[in-house]
Amino acid sequence: MSRIIMGIESSCDETGVGLVRLHDDGAVELLADEVASSVEQHARFGGVVPEVASRAHLEAMVPTTERAFEKAGLTLSDVDAIAVTAGPGLAGALLVGVSAAKAYATALDVPLYGVNHLAGHIAVDTLQHGPLPAPCLALLVSGGHTQLLRVDDIASSITELGSTVDDAAGEAYDKVARVLGLPYPGGPPIDNAAKNGDPAAIAFPRGMTGPRDAKFDFSFSGLKTAVARWVEGAARRGEEIPVDDVAASFQEAVADVLTAKAIRAAKEQGIGTMVISGGVAANSRLKELAAERCAAAGIELRVPRPRLCTDNGAMIAALGAHVVAAKRPTAALDFSANPALPVEVVSL
Amino acid sequence: MLVLAIDTSTPAVTAGVVALDGDRVETRGERVTVDARAHGELITPHALAAAEAAGVSLKDLDAIVAGVGPGPFTGLRAGMATAAALGHALGLPVYPVCSLDALAADVTSADVTAEDSAFLVMTDARRREVYWAAYDADGQRTDGPHVQRPADVETDVKVAAGDGALLYGAVLDVQPIEPRFPSPAGLVKAARSALLAKEPPAPLTPLYLRRPDATEPAAPKRVTAP
Ligand SMILES: [Zn+2]
Repeated sequence: MSRIIMGIESSCDETGVGLVRLHDDGAVELLADEVASSVEQHARFGGVVPEVASRAHLEAMVPTTERAFEKAGLTLSDVDAIAVTAGPGLAGALLVGVSAAKAYATALDVPLYGVNHLAGHIAVDTLQHGPLPAPCLALLVSGGHTQLLRVDDIASSITELGSTVDDAAGEAYDKVARVLGLPYPGGPPIDNAAKNGDPAAIAFPRGMTGPRDAKFDFSFSGLKTAVARWVEGAARRGEEIPVDDVAASFQEAVADVLTAKAIRAAKEQGIGTMVISGGVAANSRLKELAAERCAAAGIELRVPRPRLCTDNGAMIAALGAHVVAAKRPTAALDFSANPALPVEVVSL
Repeated sequence: MLVLAIDTSTPAVTAGVVALDGDRVETRGERVTVDARAHGELITPHALAAAEAAGVSLKDLDAIVAGVGPGPFTGLRAGMATAAALGHALGLPVYPVCSLDALAADVTSADVTAEDSAFLVMTDARRREVYWAAYDADGQRTDGPHVQRPADVETDVKVAAGDGALLYGAVLDVQPIEPRFPSPAGLVKAARSALLAKEPPAPLTPLYLRRPDATEPAAPKRVTAP
């Protein structure tokens, strides 16, 4: 008998409610994926304001849930289990989703699972491309995270190979966009400008690629500063800033480092499948370069469609379904959200 | 009618099942823990335990009453998200009440010694401020809610309920009276007329009183010397 899993996500600025059907053979089918975003309320601050995000979550939680059930043609009484993002993320934001999830699970008398947001970004790919081969390599890139992970079992076993030592990749995009006078969030406008620019125009640095640097860690702070320095220099000389070339050259540096390290990790670990997910996975150059380099290395590349890559409830429902299928333990009703939940903890 | 009352606007994590019958308000089961950092952990278990203590199931409830603050933001939202989701899942109306009104509803005339029987309710807003409101002898709110530094509160009233009165009684020259925190019965009393009239509930909107801390960024910082 198939089961309906509800997923609730509130770790950053998107309130997401997803519904999936877990089939007896383990296949997970997407039924609804409703998201209410507060991104516009953060735009003028140039980054997510935690209190603004938390207020928006409280306002959006029930309406988003109602929309998801309407979309799926289901009622709350059809739910067999609930999964909620327990971390990592913003403390006040997580608390809203976790509180609501506990209340829904209690009122509906169904099991509750507190799950890891980062693992959700990987699990979401199974909604589009089917079961994940084990092991696989995951590159998570977004405004909040930049991580290289080895996935031996999506329901229970994830190991971090590397992560950013400073800014997340998406954060670097936001900061460079500000320097170039482009809007927040910076990913889409930089990607657009880069399409008309020359990626080889400016040789920006590739962070943490020296022989003594950690093989699988990333650093984007130096790159961001290099872009700012270059733009200020051009401005001081009275030159017009070639926004397209700067965007293309910056984007090339980001995509180059991300894919080079991911490919190297896959080769060293003998892994034949790579998943790229998170908001920055929608970036056209990253996808293109990853496809090129994966093909050359004989690695299968899986990138979920952009809508699934950004934060949503479907990813949490998908992960919840895998956790349910693996018969992992349920969460106690008094569990705490953990803003710094380690990626190794797939479910509480 | 059986009402579940929830409030997380103060350090107390409060849930109770209350029977309301005309003027009679009777607490059947309640769970309260004073721990400012456990709202998200305890409010749902407390609601369940309160129902159990009352010998009822959540499905036996007729309505929910939720304190909507004012209260320090994060904890307040835990209770409100819980009330909203419980109401949605159980198909129950959720009635918002100002948490200070719930405290006021529990003030008994014996505690109010001032000549005109007016009193204040004052709770801890953190950052050395208080949330406060003024009430007349009938328990009707006449001023507030406000958020202010205790020294800036201008009032002639000399008695105040709530933990803010205990914390800042000396600065304010007010005499603290009971109660310290909202009770399930107080929450239901504050919502009594709406509950009995079976009015459609007002929107469940938090009383934040403060704007979020956020400043618009200036131009990007220079990284090179001008
Ligand atoms: Zn994310």
